[in-house]
Amino acid sequence: MAEPAVRTGRHFMQGNVACAEGALAAGCRFFAGYPITPATEIAEHLARRLPEVGGICVQMEDEISSIGSVIGAAWTGAKAMTATSGPGMSLMQENIGYAVATETPCVIVDVQRGGPSTGIPAVPSQGDMVQARHGSHGDYQSVALAPCSAQEMFDLTVRAFNIAEQLRVPVYLLADAAVGHMREVIHIPSEDRIARAERRLPEAGADPFAIRGFLDEEVAPMPIFGCGHQAHVTGSCHDERGMRNVVDAEAIDHFVRTLAAKVLKRRGELVEVEAEGTEDAEVVLVGYGIVGRAARAIARQAREGGLRVGSARPLTVWPFADRELEELCGRARRVLLMENNLGQMLPYVRAAIGSRVEVEALPPQVLGTLHRPSAVLDKIKEVLR
Amino acid sequence: MSAIAHPLGKYLRPGCEVTTFCPGCGDGTIAQSLLRAIDQLGWDLDEFVFVCGIGCAGWIPSPYLAADTLHTTHGRPLAFATGVKLARPDRRVVVVSGDGDLAAIGGNHLIHAARRDLDLVVICVDNRIYGMTGGQVAPTTPPGIRTTTTPLGSVERPFDLCRLVEAAGATFVARWTTAQPRFITRSITKALQHRGFSFIELISQCPVHYGKMSGEGGAVEMLHGFEENAVPLRRAAQLSPEELAGKWVVGELVGAGKREE
Repeated sequence: MAEPAVRTGRHFMQGNVACAEGALAAGCRFFAGYPITPATEIAEHLARRLPEVGGICVQMEDEISSIGSVIGAAWTGAKAMTATSGPGMSLMQENIGYAVATETPCVIVDVQRGGPSTGIPAVPSQGDMVQARHGSHGDYQSVALAPCSAQEMFDLTVRAFNIAEQLRVPVYLLADAAVGHMREVIHIPSEDRIARAERRLPEAGADPFAIRGFLDEEVAPMPIFGCGHQAHVTGSCHDERGMRNVVDAEAIDHFVRTLAAKVLKRRGELVEVEAEGTEDAEVVLVGYGIVGRAARAIARQAREGGLRVGSARPLTVWPFADRELEELCGRARRVLLMENNLGQMLPYVRAAIGSRVEVEALPPQVLGTLHRPSAVLDKIKEVLR
Repeated sequence: MSAIAHPLGKYLRPGCEVTTFCPGCGDGTIAQSLLRAIDQLGWDLDEFVFVCGIGCAGWIPSPYLAADTLHTTHGRPLAFATGVKLARPDRRVVVVSGDGDLAAIGGNHLIHAARRDLDLVVICVDNRIYGMTGGQVAPTTPPGIRTTTTPLGSVERPFDLCRLVEAAGATFVARWTTAQPRFITRSITKALQHRGFSFIELISQCPVHYGKMSGEGGAVEMLHGFEENAVPLRRAAQLSPEELAGKWVVGELVGAGKREE
């Protein structure tokens, strides 16, 4: 183990590699995946790096088994991750619901590409945003982060692991082919400056029958395997001890409400929005991920031209930043929602601020490419005319 | 209060002494054979992780065994078990599930787990039907058998699961019927000591769905049928394929004699 888990220093690094390094820095010691463009570099990098730090990297037979083995590993106490793109994301959905139901901490990286179906593998897209919210069946809350740079591929992967550990939830990192494949300078802090959260465990030697390892809004201690906890882990409706109840409507009511409340109670800590120049803005450009970064640059350009334009970029996509956007954009004349899709988040933004501000979806002229600044500036001028 | 306790009762999760299995189901025989094997080896249930899928057989460990238990999504127990075993190689990981779970929806994981030869014990309860959903055709249902989704009789050929996993690379393979519980226990004992992928197919009776629809009758009649139609490996070698039609070749088909830990 000559190589350190945390490669402190300045690096010129690909976004996907930065994500893999972020996982290692967060304490990830298990990765399972299946090759898919544009996410494969994460698996390739971890296949070399995980054994150096005493971890396990395995290529499974498909994405269903990739997330399955990640969940299995997480129940042994490991911090575990998988990485994929749209088609694999679709295959993983059932088991992601299982991770929600069983309160299994894990990280799912989706380096989005053009869809639907096989679509176009290496072209960036933000087409899986709502799938990350509602893709698995049943009623549940999601947590998803959207990085805009190689640096954030590192930082937000660490954050995703920390949220997963603290809340015992699967956490999505919703990247895309642009941030996954771009190369930038990133700074990896020293190990002692990286905040790492660890899941709460039952007390050593606790009576297995007395452990309440599930369904606590304050997040139950996780009765991981191999400690004599006699954990009973099931995706079926269950009680605080994990015991199945597939008969009583009251049981599923309690199950669904508690799992949702666990996330919603911490909404304030989870939601993060970066904003600039929104205080007096007449037009606010809202975007997330790489498009949010472009929105910020275009807003700055507009300011230089004397236009009162601001930008807001949710780093947390789910839970949705409705209150934050209301605060940031509520006084503007117009919100232009920039996404690399045909307006997936529009209903959510409209629900948050539509009664106060006119919200308009502004996809790029050509889906799969970044917005042309001149086109956005023209649109801003048209609004302000 | 009676002081008499079942000798295997100590392995049951407190509060789970009553099963939900239908009258006459083979799952009880299999649960007992599995626990006898563990008891004979003198191993602690705390060393185990049981992984199971969806279907009646998945309810053998979940929740009855007082051990770490991962009751997964349908068809995926081998995928989950792979993660458990890779991350904690010191655990004894046993997968208990049905033919529909392991061979239909989970068929790809079955052959790949066998190919990897990961140190897992897979107990496949083969009742030749989907019991939990009420008696639909399975990839193990023999041709001609009527089920709720093949009202005129199944027209497909069934899998020979033992040959399938052998071809995929399994290093210990055995098949028994629930009419042979002592042999089941013996093979599970060997599988638990075998290093590598072990697969045990247990032909089991589902009198409620299979027996009724196929005309094989209730549990007793079905068990008699198992006794009549189970052909030991050595005798099977002397029979022609025609003579073996409709029979089960039972025994330790691959890896017999390997006992080393």
